[in-house]
Amino acid sequence: MAEVRFENVTKRFGETVAVNDLTLEIPDKEFLVLVGPSGCGKSTALRLLSGLEEANEGDIYIGERLVNDVPSKDRNIAMVFQSYALYPHMSVYDNMAFGLSLRKVPKADINRRVNEAARILGIDELLKRKPRQLSGGQRQRVALGRAIVREPAAFLLDEPLSNLDAKLRVQTRAELVKLHQRLETTFIYVTHDQIEAMTMASRIAVLDRGVLQQVGTPQELYTRPGNVFVAGFIGSPAMNFFDVTIEGETDALYLDSGDYRLPVPAQKAAMLRAYLGKKLKLGIRPEDIHAKEFLPSGIDPSAAVSAKVDVLELMGNELFVYLVNGKHQFLARLDPRANARPGQDIELVFNMDNLHAFDINTEKAIYD
Amino acid sequence: MNIRGTQSSAGPQGFMATLKGLVSRLPLHAVIIIVALLWMTPAFGLLVSSFRPSTAVSSTGWWTAFQTPFDFTLQNYSSVLSQNGMARSFVNSLIISIPGTIIPILVAGFAAFAFAWMKFRGRDILFMFVVALLVVPIQMTLIPVLRLLTNINLVGSFPGIWLAHTAYGLPFCVFLLRNFFAQLPKELLESAYLDGASNLRVFFRLVLPLSVPAVASLAIFQFLWVWNDLLVALVYLQDPAKAPMTVTINNLVSSFGTQWQLLTAAAFISMILPLVIFLALQRYFVEGITAGAVKG
Repeated sequence: MAEVRFENVTKRFGETVAVNDLTLEIPDKEFLVLVGPSGCGKSTALRLLSGLEEANEGDIYIGERLVNDVPSKDRNIAMVFQSYALYPHMSVYDNMAFGLSLRKVPKADINRRVNEAARILGIDELLKRKPRQLSGGQRQRVALGRAIVREPAAFLLDEPLSNLDAKLRVQTRAELVKLHQRLETTFIYVTHDQIEAMTMASRIAVLDRGVLQQVGTPQELYTRPGNVFVAGFIGSPAMNFFDVTIEGETDALYLDSGDYRLPVPAQKAAMLRAYLGKKLKLGIRPEDIHAKEFLPSGIDPSAAVSAKVDVLELMGNELFVYLVNGKHQFLARLDPRANARPGQDIELVFNMDNLHAFDINTEKAIYD
Repeated sequence: MNIRGTQSSAGPQGFMATLKGLVSRLPLHAVIIIVALLWMTPAFGLLVSSFRPSTAVSSTGWWTAFQTPFDFTLQNYSSVLSQNGMARSFVNSLIISIPGTIIPILVAGFAAFAFAWMKFRGRDILFMFVVALLVVPIQMTLIPVLRLLTNINLVGSFPGIWLAHTAYGLPFCVFLLRNFFAQLPKELLESAYLDGASNLRVFFRLVLPLSVPAVASLAIFQFLWVWNDLLVALVYLQDPAKAPMTVTINNLVSSFGTQWQLLTAAAFISMILPLVIFLALQRYFVEGITAGAVKG
């Protein structure tokens, strides 16, 4: 049980800066997900915490203890690797007991802890098997079990689901959340998959090119992304962006994209008035674009646009429509009854109440 | 669809496919059998000769032995073992070969682990230097090493020849083991370090067990090299009481000139152990033990 703290941590590999001045506080018992595209430094951050890599600058704390010079084995953390890294010549039991026996835990204790972890994970039938006799999902559980028996202060998980098939991944996601609730220990989870981040995290930390972009609950990141990167990364399908100019008369403001002229709702007008006459980036999520004839009640129909349908993807309960209009390409998530045919124009309404606006230079979000 | 006929499925199509597969591989099998026969024939001839009486060996070829009346004897073996000291030499060969295999592999294992997984300055240059030692011909080292062993009073002793074989074997052992260790999955070792293992434990509990195929084949090579060695033993082990079989057989040639039946028997005695070891360890050549370590 421990909180984890990064303070101005930097890690360089030669010329490349893998982690750049990372400051992040992870309270005890939190499920924090580090998410970002590949090469963003999320795995490096985890390896720095585990002690497998050494930071060039900055301090790392586990609990109140500064661990910069503490070797991995004394940091009281357990890690689950993407490849599981099970010891192939040892049985499942020995895989789980290995770390305990090295720490001179009494035999009876080892036995109790391994059996309990195996029961929690539903692998008690497999204890005598070798890793090569297990399926991918079972191996993944053994890797988790090996971490659980250690009763560490924090669990570090490096893309533990990415080797599972899609169905098993969804199932294991829920199980990991349950496991976290049951163990009441800090989980630090690295993934490139924002859906995993959204579904499991108590808080998400988004990294890009070694720099921490934003930390917050899934809801915060989705509704109030701090910059263009986070806005585009969180949410699937990704947010659409338009370069627009703010125009306006006395009280009504418009966003002009060249093709479209979109009215700004009254409650957003105040924050955007400062940008009058300037350019900015408009973000609209695919779910905030509606077919005109199936407009849900309560949405102002005044931001109406038309665009040509390029490609359709029917999901059953919803319809993804790839649209083109002049230089713009964007994606809408429509009611499946919408009358969209490839090559034909369709009438759409943007829900401007949920617009996101970003400064064109700093790419930072504009909020009140 | 069963195209290659790998399953013995019922039905005429499956049978035809199986037949087709056999026919198409027939030339390959024929070539392998012919090559194997060619290689085996001389050894087989020696084996037959070693069981024939001396008069028969010196007068007729070994292939005539299969005519009646059969005339085989164990006399050659018993006389070589008792009178010519082959029994003593057999023991000497073991005393030389077993440490001469274990010491270099253990030392090379430590070195290879360091070269593969531990970070220190000049690691790669040092490794290249060790590999470069492979090109030094053994003949060049005979005199300097002999003088060195003389200075430290190890000439004619077993430890002296163990050291010599260790030194000659190390570069290749280090080279082979480092390359094998280096391709073990990195996460496996990291996982062990996180589990609290020291370098020594990682080496003995993880790296060595996972490298059984490499270590086994290396052990076979090193053992055969030491077991069959004549030159090193001849130069550094001048005491006839400690002579290994190679030296004793060599002496048989000079003292008995043409007594082929004794030579063949002696040769077969020296071949028994390598054959047994090869057959016992050969499964490690084919068995991949790392299966299941990582997603595969």
